[in-house]
Amino acid sequence: MSEHDVLNPKQMPLNPEKATLEGKNKFIGFWFFLGGETVLFASLFGTYLALNGSTNGGSSSQELFGLELVFIMTMLLLTSSLTSVYAMYHMKNNEFKKMQIWLGITVALGIGFLCFEIYEFYHYIHHYEFTMRSSAFGSAFYTLVGFHGGHVVFGLSWIIALMIRNAKRGLNLYNAPKFYIASLYWHFIDVVWVFIFTVVYLMGVL
Amino acid sequence: MAEKTSLHPAQLDYEKQKRKEEMKQQVITFALMIIFTIIAFSMVIAELNKLFVIPVIFVLAAVQVGFQLYYFMHMSHKGHEMPAFMLYGGVFAAFLTILALAALVWW
Amino acid sequence: MSTMVANNKRSFGSTLWDYLTTVDHKKIAILYLVAGGFFFIIGGLEALAIRWQLVKPMNDFVSAGLYNELITMHGTTMIFLAAMPLIFAFMNAVVPLQIGARDVAFPFLNSLGFWLFLFGGIMLNVGWITGGAADAGWTAYAPLSTTSPGEGVDYYVLGLQISGAGTLIGGINFLVTIVNMRAPGMTYMRMPLFTWTAFVASALILFAFPALTVGLFLMMFDRLFGSGFFDPNMGGNSVIWQHLFWIFGHPEVYILALPAFGIFSEIISTFSRKRLFGYSAMVFATVLIGFLGFMVWAHHMFTVGMGPAANSIFAVATMAIAIPTGIKIFNWLFTLWGGNIQINTPMLWSLGFIPTFTLGGMTGVMVAAASADYQFHDSYFVVAHFHYVIVGGVVFALFAATHYWWPKMFGKILNDTLGKVTFWLFFIGFHLTFFIQHFLGLMGMPRRYWVFLEDQGLDLGNAISTTGAFLMGLGTIVLLYNIVVTSVKGEKVGSDPWDARTLEWAIPSPPPFYNFKQLPLVRGLDPLWIEKTEGRKGMTPAEPISDIHMPNNSFLPFVMSLGFFIAGFGFIYQKYDLVWLSLVFIGMGIALGAMLMRSVKDDLGYHIHKEDLVKEAKE
Repeated sequence: MSEHDVLNPKQMPLNPEKATLEGKNKFIGFWFFLGGETVLFASLFGTYLALNGSTNGGSSSQELFGLELVFIMTMLLLTSSLTSVYAMYHMKNNEFKKMQIWLGITVALGIGFLCFEIYEFYHYIHHYEFTMRSSAFGSAFYTLVGFHGGHVVFGLSWIIALMIRNAKRGLNLYNAPKFYIASLYWHFIDVVWVFIFTVVYLMGVL
Repeated sequence: MAEKTSLHPAQLDYEKQKRKEEMKQQVITFALMIIFTIIAFSMVIAELNKLFVIPVIFVLAAVQVGFQLYYFMHMSHKGHEMPAFMLYGGVFAAFLTILALAALVWW
Repeated sequence: MSTMVANNKRSFGSTLWDYLTTVDHKKIAILYLVAGGFFFIIGGLEALAIRWQLVKPMNDFVSAGLYNELITMHGTTMIFLAAMPLIFAFMNAVVPLQIGARDVAFPFLNSLGFWLFLFGGIMLNVGWITGGAADAGWTAYAPLSTTSPGEGVDYYVLGLQISGAGTLIGGINFLVTIVNMRAPGMTYMRMPLFTWTAFVASALILFAFPALTVGLFLMMFDRLFGSGFFDPNMGGNSVIWQHLFWIFGHPEVYILALPAFGIFSEIISTFSRKRLFGYSAMVFATVLIGFLGFMVWAHHMFTVGMGPAANSIFAVATMAIAIPTGIKIFNWLFTLWGGNIQINTPMLWSLGFIPTFTLGGMTGVMVAAASADYQFHDSYFVVAHFHYVIVGGVVFALFAATHYWWPKMFGKILNDTLGKVTFWLFFIGFHLTFFIQHFLGLMGMPRRYWVFLEDQGLDLGNAISTTGAFLMGLGTIVLLYNIVVTSVKGEKVGSDPWDARTLEWAIPSPPPFYNFKQLPLVRGLDPLWIEKTEGRKGMTPAEPISDIHMPNNSFLPFVMSLGFFIAGFGFIYQKYDLVWLSLVFIGMGIALGAMLMRSVKDDLGYHIHKEDLVKEAKE
């Protein structure tokens, strides 16, 4: 397939993200990377589970966590997962504008999530003086949730960069895999969050 | 590479229709995920017995993640054998890691 | 295109630029070989310094502090900066050729992986010149590591983090290459065993390295940002580090050993002129070792106090690994049996490996017995055990692979006589050094002590051990001499100097940059051998000559790695003065900027045109 066909395909195939060898490689490679990420977060979850009682006389999870905020954050992130499914649906139908709109909504929801998370951290630090240096529990909490937050930041920057870069030229076989794996990354962020709200917050207030 | 060849319009319509129906299923999946989340939160707020709540919220989380992987991330589609294999490899290593850190560290 | 490259003296500057920007897996292999070889020599010199300190009782060649730095850096360098990259060198050089691919799946990431490794390796060693390298042992157990003064351990943490990221990228690259890029007819069960072991080792990298990544982050936060993961005063627990380290660390042993097994399988089969005995059992054993390798990490921690139940489970799981390993040993022996054996340097290393590694495996079962391990733990018995496994398994394999694949990588055969001299010096030196250490350990000599006392029965054994170490050094010097002599005088060889069996020998040595002009049609295991037995000279092509798609070179991997390298210094020195945080911003800015550039700038590669390929064939 020549460069021209990749950038200006005569007709979009059914699965544009896997139409080229590069696309197939990206697709498989990114899934493998997510397999590795699973172990990365497992190590953080394991550390958190080992240290969630080690409050060192400081604030405990029962004192700190409220469920209202976490519930809103969860809804935001879950919804953003659905909107990115919509974006990929339109990508496969080669409806670039609609895909951009849905990705835009995804990004907006993600930013909303991030703002709440920053507020949450700010709240803990200023009202409870609960920081990474307070106790082993604090270290584990901020590291686990912060790693997830870092993934959110990276995912948002990634999607925004892709949206801006391709705004003028639309879909082709070169950028379709990029959009697809960025959305996989976004779903994975949601997967991790499901365990975070279960293990950290729900179990934390019990 | 077979997909490169141009598609018959009728087949294209068929695929589009199929996707549309799949999208409807995705919305149902999403609704279920929301319901599961609400159940998990309300069980904790209702302060039911810990020994009962913890396993249930874990199962709910696991099912939700399954939805996310198999429907939202399309792992139920064909061509995902290798991704599934490597993801489960990761889950296996993840399981052992969490088990050890949660159970062995303070022995 | 390629005609310009061939036999054309180029200026030093353009060659350097070519290597700094290359995305060609064969050139990256050479980079890995050179860098890994360099660190192997550094690690070897550290080993000689350790042995010289222990040549006699109460020696004062080095101070206790320097001795700690030497043992730490020797272990870390040898595992992460010598053995891993040298394995990666041969994986890069050979795996794409063995599966009939024109390139790896992610040429850009392949290059990024190398540069991250190199900058990480440099970072690890910077400590030597800024007032002390890491000194908490290669395992960096907390609280020894979290309380170690100075920046030595910080360099260890940041250096390993950077080079570990490179390794992870390399692992994913090989997995995808092997899954997606196999030539027509190259089914999984027709893949050469080296490719299979590279595949399983890469999967282990994928699942093991993230645990190290997290461990290193926690260590970094503890040392540099005041967190308390491993600090009991804050409610932390130092055993978490041990678990994370060994969840990574034990699979790491198999990440090194499996490709080594693959190398020996290729060599033994080639020089016995026989198909590998029990190929499917070998594949099965490889996968099984990879699987079991994840369930045994805690056998490094028997004396931590995990309780009898956990100790028993991990002891039994560990012993179970002896079964697939035994399958492999017997299959190698059966491959030799009745074969038309040709003894040359690669074969000598392979034959030396079998008994040596078996000894390491035997002592492995001994230390796997949890109750007995209380006696062996932290003694020279353990030192002897893991050197029999890692040197007897991995380093022997690397020497063997160097001699075996040198003609493919550089087009010349290393001198066989000098090769044999290297082997005998190193082989005898190795056993002199480490066999006696089993007994030193059983007599109670603890590991990691910088002196021992007179007249405790340890004097003679240590002197013998030191003698052996210098013989190994001599062997390595002969190899270096051999490389120089061969490069200057050696004669060019054809595509298949060993009369070998697998696909890499079907194309010229060294291969053209596009590897295969036409992708080969693979008709079974040992595809080249099949064609040769049917009287054909080379592979049957699976496609007509057509345009070949190639990736563009890029300088960005180097820039990204440099960015992380700079940021690393910022992270370390901000503990003294927050001004240093500016380096973090500069470094991360460079790295992320380069990533963004990679993301927004289209890079579609280029095509070698059919006409050029045809023209080249005629010349």
